[in-house]
Amino acid sequence: MVATALFYIFAAIATAGAIMVVAQRNPVYSALYLVLTLFALAGEYVLLMAHFIAIVHVAVYAGAIVVLFLFVIMLLNVRLEERAPDAFRYMIYAGLPMAAILFVEMGYFAFRGFQQAMVQGTRVGLVESIGRALFSQYVLPFEVASILLLVAMIGALYLSKRKLEIVAFKRPRSKKERLKVMMYEEEH
Amino acid sequence: MLVEYIPILVILAMALIVAAGILVLTHIVNPRIRNPIKLTTYESGIEPQMEARLRYPIRFYVVAMMFILFDVEVIFMYPWAVVYKQFLSQGWFIFWEMIIFLAILFAGYIYLYRRGGFQWE
Repeated sequence: MVATALFYIFAAIATAGAIMVVAQRNPVYSALYLVLTLFALAGEYVLLMAHFIAIVHVAVYAGAIVVLFLFVIMLLNVRLEERAPDAFRYMIYAGLPMAAILFVEMGYFAFRGFQQAMVQGTRVGLVESIGRALFSQYVLPFEVASILLLVAMIGALYLSKRKLEIVAFKRPRSKKERLKVMMYEEEH
Repeated sequence: MLVEYIPILVILAMALIVAAGILVLTHIVNPRIRNPIKLTTYESGIEPQMEARLRYPIRFYVVAMMFILFDVEVIFMYPWAVVYKQFLSQGWFIFWEMIIFLAILFAGYIYLYRRGGFQWE
């Protein structure tokens, strides 16, 4: 079966990419491997007939969120990942068994649900089915989503432009404010 | 249904072949000269002044944030566009639904524009 073969190929790419994300010392490479992982996962979603999630994965996660990650990495200007302080060293003895338990647990449930997950004929994830649900049953959440986006827009602008507004919209009243404006102007 | 995705697979395969091919080709063709002058950033150009990796200004972060927000907005239009004709036969509800959605976000756009959110200053 071509679909099954593709499933394993994409799964191998996604796993390898995910391992590389944590194994890389350079955070920029990590972010780029994350793009690879997300693309492979998008392939898996297509195989599971979840076309809409596949689009979202490529357009939003790989296309926008990883770009944001990259900007944050460059903003902080981290060159190489630094070694954890010694106080956290012993954490590895707690972390490894926990990771092993989680792996076995997730592996068990994934394996048990494996047969049901590989359904070919399902239509739930098609863009059309999602559109039909979104504009009949879930109209209100859809509209609320737009308000959520609006809030995020205003919040992002407010947080990043706060300094500017002191200069642009308010005349300095106290000595402290005047000092702030002067410091701002000196910086720019 | 999966057959429709074959062109994307072909593009992916082409991209892989071209990228790998160019890497292998340069590896075979290029002469191996290694001396300090050859390995400088601009071999016969300006002397590098400092590192290329500077701290980026926070404005880039804001641009990326705005990109994500409008990206998510556009994502909602895919399912809308697919079912638009089907729903239109039952009235204009779906049309106005999207107009309201876009109007709310357009208010945010106007706010950003007026507050100089798109300005690089």
